[in-house]
Amino acid sequence: MDKEALLKTVQDKLKAQFGEGLLSSEISADYPVFILNRDIICNVVKFLYDDEDLSFQYLTTLAGLHYPENKGQELGVMYQLHSLTKNFRIRLKIFFSINDPNVPTITPVFLGANWMERQEFDFFGIIFKGHPNLKRILNMEDMTYHPMRKEYPLEDGTREDKDDKMFGR
Amino acid sequence: MNSADKIEKVKKGSTSLSNTEPQGEEKEYTILNLGPTHPATHGIFQNVLKMDGEIVVEGESTIGYIHRAFEKIAEHRNYYQFTTITDRMNYCSSPINNIGWYLAVEKLFKIEVPKRAQYLRVIVMELARIADHLICNSVIGVDTGALTVYFYVFQLRERIYEIYEELCGARLTTNIGRIGGMERDFSPKAWAILDKFMEELPVCLKEFENLLVRNRIFMDRTIGCGPITAEKALQYSFSGPNLRAAGVDYDVRAMNPYSSYEEFDFIIPVGTNGDTYDRFMVREEEMWQSLSIIKQAIEKIKKEPAGIFHADVPDFYLPPKEQVYNNMEALIYHFKIVMGEDNIPKGEIYHAVEGGNGELGFYIISEGGRSPYRVHLRRPCFIYYQAYTEMIKGAFLSDAILTMSSMNVIAGELDA
Repeated sequence: MDKEALLKTVQDKLKAQFGEGLLSSEISADYPVFILNRDIICNVVKFLYDDEDLSFQYLTTLAGLHYPENKGQELGVMYQLHSLTKNFRIRLKIFFSINDPNVPTITPVFLGANWMERQEFDFFGIIFKGHPNLKRILNMEDMTYHPMRKEYPLEDGTREDKDDKMFGR
Repeated sequence: MNSADKIEKVKKGSTSLSNTEPQGEEKEYTILNLGPTHPATHGIFQNVLKMDGEIVVEGESTIGYIHRAFEKIAEHRNYYQFTTITDRMNYCSSPINNIGWYLAVEKLFKIEVPKRAQYLRVIVMELARIADHLICNSVIGVDTGALTVYFYVFQLRERIYEIYEELCGARLTTNIGRIGGMERDFSPKAWAILDKFMEELPVCLKEFENLLVRNRIFMDRTIGCGPITAEKALQYSFSGPNLRAAGVDYDVRAMNPYSSYEEFDFIIPVGTNGDTYDRFMVREEEMWQSLSIIKQAIEKIKKEPAGIFHADVPDFYLPPKEQVYNNMEALIYHFKIVMGEDNIPKGEIYHAVEGGNGELGFYIISEGGRSPYRVHLRRPCFIYYQAYTEMIKGAFLSDAILTMSSMNVIAGELDA
């Protein structure tokens, strides 16, 4: 199945099951991308996991996203699923406001999402509701901010010993 | 329970003073910090283990001791500058990380790499895989008490590092290749070392296997140690040799071929129990397969026109030094590439390669401009290491250490 056909199949199945929950879908440079309502993400992942024709039973990765310009939709999460039996890969995305960064966890479906979600909580401050052990993973626990958000500079802004803005710091 | 109570209990006729048996109503556990700088962890990460005598009751992993914010750095560097950072992930097989990054970037830039350069990359990546597996497997030997094998195979790894040195000047953190191909062609000396290596490896590997594979002590230590079922491994998004040892034949090289892997003939070894012995054996067989892939690649290169080792992409590939010094256009391109003054097309891609430990993925979002908008690194170690505490539940401490080394957890990849 090529990616257009895969896009159509998944789109039809999601439309039939979740209706308005599927906000939009498109083909990115490589895989089909589905933008979803965040409240149903766990159900969608479970549905795609159980579906016999698709069987997306492997969570490749998930990544937090931050677009400060998209007001009301600043934060996002990208889930990448892989069907090992059919070799399909798709991407699911959800976007939500930075003031209400709550997302249902997908750990009931994929145990491996545990640390991935902790990492995105650590770096973006996305709160995964229902996660068994949501705490910082790579940064120290008394850190007060989420460093991968765009407003945090790479280096300490108060440093004066470096002056190389030519190189894009 | 304090010691006075204990003495009282014994006086009253309790039979045992052993730590492992319950005395009275409450059971006593020991908390053991395995790491952060324990020699058996092979890296800086910690496991807080709750021990019942010598048995692990439960554990919790603490990681992040060498976190270096790679994903944040990537948003502030241009694309080729990030290559040196990828070296520092799985430093046992850094060429795979470098070339994986180039492949991802080339997918974003839509660069077509010539066949010969692809085969050269395949040789380098398979050499890196052999180096990675040699270290992991010999360290399993060390942790079972067989130190000889470790030193014995290191002469082979040294040979691989000599090849790297000849290709790029570095040994561990290689920064090998460039966007669009290789930095330089294999020199006659590099071919000579490679030929020597191809003769030495089968002999040495055979001897290595003779020492361990049917060794009764080794088998007793590793069979049934730290097993994981295929279902659990998939649930935890395992990849690479650890997943294959559990019996799932998922290999990125076969499923989503890159760099012309579809032209090569190799088998994907799988295990059955997912225990330490299976992981060892899968890695062992993969080295033989890598050897065969290198052989095929050498044959294929002979059929390609000589001297081609990179794509013709002047926007991304640095011009040769002699031209930079003598030719104005080359100097302009050199300056433009080094300063990263390029407007990269918008796009969003994910590209995975089969790293030493499994599916090493690069997710790049470009919003135009000189540097990526977002880079996410799918580090196989980070994902499968979370199953570690579950895998060692109820095992002896020495088996827990063996399980860790057979999973090949590399701290650099864990923390990124």
